[in-house]
Amino acid sequence: MNGWPALDRFLRTDPRDVGCAQAMEMLHVYVDLVAAGGDAEERYPGIAAHLRACGPCGEDFAALLAAVRDAEG
Amino acid sequence: MIPVNSVVDEIPARLDPESAEWIRVLAVGPQREAALDRLHGMLLRIAQREARRRGPRMLIAGPELEDLAYQAAADALMAITGKLGQFRGESRFTTWAYRFVILEVSAKLGRHFWRRPDVPLGAEDWDRLPGRFGFEPARESEWRDLLAALRRAVDTELTARQREVFVAIVVNDVPLDALALRHGSSRNAVYKMMFDARRKLRAALAANGYLDDDDSGRS
Repeated sequence: MNGWPALDRFLRTDPRDVGCAQAMEMLHVYVDLVAAGGDAEERYPGIAAHLRACGPCGEDFAALLAAVRDAEG
Repeated sequence: MIPVNSVVDEIPARLDPESAEWIRVLAVGPQREAALDRLHGMLLRIAQREARRRGPRMLIAGPELEDLAYQAAADALMAITGKLGQFRGESRFTTWAYRFVILEVSAKLGRHFWRRPDVPLGAEDWDRLPGRFGFEPARESEWRDLLAALRRAVDTELTARQREVFVAIVVNDVPLDALALRHGSSRNAVYKMMFDARRKLRAALAANGYLDDDDSGRS
């Protein structure tokens, strides 16, 4: 543990991270799995790692999940 | 980062009934126009909600924001109809379709960023980093050293391009999508550059005792 957790979190990289292109390519699949209560993180750890680290992709994930849940009422 | 082909596993061969119905009515026939109208309405609602949520941060509001939402919905609908044959049933059709409009809103807001009057060009505002990373004023004597070490690492460890991207995104708060547009690049390429920069900077700070020297590599 160090005294600068926010900086440490920001700089820490995850080798499983698939990058934006792959995460966005599979975003609809990942979101449907999350919306259905499935363990998306276990099934797609590389996408989960990316969505945690990438602000824009994380925001798109949250937006798509909200749209799906909203449509489900 | 891991190879591309390790992400996608099996693809369901059959569509769920609702998705199959969407594909059927959007393909050809008398119901197509009504289906397009319905889908456009759904896309527009999502675009408007997302634009209104993200707009204030990008200093865009009012009719301009509404126009952006309409454009995003229209462009998404065009992309969806053009790529209908590529829908493979890996998700529900609507989830696949909504992704297009979400990405359109992101891209259009990124383009809008450069029309803001306060866009930092050239200047480097390192004084905003303590706030960004939650450094407490009471510990300034400690984080002053850390910040100086970070700046040194940015100057000595990164390539010129990595430094430019790091400063724009982290120091000057330029959105990643906006930076990608500026460089004629992609979100993925800029992220990859930041990924490599983050790894190098963390290693440099750990080597100098500012961060834990572990290499678990997982957040």
